[in-house]
Amino acid sequence: MSAPAVRRPRAEKSTASRRHRLAERGIDTSLLMLVPALVFAVALFIYPFTYGIGLTFQPSLAMQEQWGAGIWSNYVAFFKDPFIFDSIYLTMRLALPVALFNVLASIPVAFKLRHKFRGKKTLTILLVLPITLGTVLTAQGLLIFAGRQGWLNRFLVQIGLIDQPLTLVNNYWGVVFSLVISGFPFAFLLISSYLSGIDPSIEAAAKTMGAGWFQRFRRIILPLLAPGLATTFILTFVLAFSVFPSARLVGDAMGETRVMALMAYRAFGELNDYPMASTIAIMMGLVELVVIALVLVWRSFMYKGSTGGKG
Amino acid sequence: MAATDTAHTTAPGVDLPPAPPRRKGSVTRAPGEKALVASPSTWFVWAGVAAFFIFLIGILVSVVVDSLGKPWFDTWLPENFTTDWYTGAWDRFGMAQIIGVTLTVAIVVIVLSVLIGVPAAYLLARRNFPFKRIITLLFLLPVLMPPITYGIPLATVMYNFGLGRSLVAVILVNLVPSVPFVIMTMTPFIEQINPTIENAARMSGANMRQVFTKILGPLLVPGILAASVLVLVRTVGMFELTYLVSGPQTDTLVVAIYRAMTASGGGEARQLVSSMAVVYTVTMMVILIIALRYVSPTQLVARVKESRED
Repeated sequence: MSAPAVRRPRAEKSTASRRHRLAERGIDTSLLMLVPALVFAVALFIYPFTYGIGLTFQPSLAMQEQWGAGIWSNYVAFFKDPFIFDSIYLTMRLALPVALFNVLASIPVAFKLRHKFRGKKTLTILLVLPITLGTVLTAQGLLIFAGRQGWLNRFLVQIGLIDQPLTLVNNYWGVVFSLVISGFPFAFLLISSYLSGIDPSIEAAAKTMGAGWFQRFRRIILPLLAPGLATTFILTFVLAFSVFPSARLVGDAMGETRVMALMAYRAFGELNDYPMASTIAIMMGLVELVVIALVLVWRSFMYKGSTGGKG
Repeated sequence: MAATDTAHTTAPGVDLPPAPPRRKGSVTRAPGEKALVASPSTWFVWAGVAAFFIFLIGILVSVVVDSLGKPWFDTWLPENFTTDWYTGAWDRFGMAQIIGVTLTVAIVVIVLSVLIGVPAAYLLARRNFPFKRIITLLFLLPVLMPPITYGIPLATVMYNFGLGRSLVAVILVNLVPSVPFVIMTMTPFIEQINPTIENAARMSGANMRQVFTKILGPLLVPGILAASVLVLVRTVGMFELTYLVSGPQTDTLVVAIYRAMTASGGGEARQLVSSMAVVYTVTMMVILIIALRYVSPTQLVARVKESRED
């Protein structure tokens, strides 16, 4: 909770001025610098959020009639309507494997690119560039490149690897590709930053003592990297979890990739049912928080401490 | 290139000069000698990176070719090349307006989020005060939550206040993830500044404002640049939140492309969309390449302590 206050020896009446006593606890005028950020957080985050939660208990008349549960109608609809409820599973089926893949694939790449070599900066820049592509361009590119007439299928057919063009877009895989392309560079960037925060002398010491590369990885790098891995997993998971344009553009929006974000937007923009939209949105947040909590629990079992450099 | 992470099992205890490190598999090799054949793990990594680049370059090039081709059906390359699609898209979607909106939103969001975020990051990095952890959590929440989760209630509030489809609403919703992002990026940058410098300035009689403008400001320029770049990239690329509140007059580039792709009746001609997408990518890449001249991407989480073995 609050920061550990400075404990005075006895509860005697302090002779210091009130201002001084407050300053001892860390309260003084420089805290005013926090005010803009707090005002921002309250006005643009807390207020809308609580308003949205309130809204979920004011279901539209149509919802109340259909599900007949009074103020709980939106929630009943969420859990009972398979069209909405199944989207949780569909979202997870996309987001979890993609986030896991992005993190696991970044580790070896970050390792190999850790040391100096010719063209390292270029390669790093190239790996980072896809962040700028954005989901929409990735979607458009995938539709053209990996579509039935696209270069990828054309090449595979011509070298005789396949007879029929593969269906790589407008289904589950299209969304997976688009998420990996936008998520992997992000994961790579974060993991290589965390990796560079690990003091190389620790590894050097282990090497001096005769530890093999696996031992060094298992006993030194992994524990030190674990917090970074957890953070990276969470952030890429958040990115993949809230897919929405790519699920519509390269996915099968009413079938395999009917993700929660699409359902929420459908209620918001197409049905204009703001209470139901808020309900889905908030349930989305809850589902995601559960996953994050699990990751943090895992992380709490790992070594906790400074990895040098990054505090 | 060297990969010291992999094993080199020269006998422990041998006094190693700072020789170029060796690759995995160098079971017994004289110091300074490199393997000619890379280890399987190295090949595996490079194959993965290559596959990634094939996809990436394929995606990019096919969009560019598509935006220049006329017509392109089932051949390797289009029959003719033309720039008609660009002029077509420029007129049809009012690209000047869209790019103007995008840049305005991005710049305002950067300035506001730096002004709000940096002082807060300073306090969170340096000071202890009551409720610090709750406040930190509050600033982190918007980054951890899916944008839709807070975006939909936020957009509902915006429409209730009559701000729907206005530029103000677009800027405000984009601030929500940007400010926490600035705080998160700036905190490590501030932590690594030696506090004794600030203390010295204070002892010499500088007040808080002077400490900020004379001491911290110049030292934080790389951090602020890094944060601004990230916010810029995120704001220009932010689809979900902008889409919820923007209207025809206030669409940013991404949202305009999405609308063109999903417009009722099967969307616009694919090539028009492609040419818009190319404009978008070129804009972003120019921004990023300029930015990367000033900021190294790996400095974002921690300042790189260059490995001694390099």
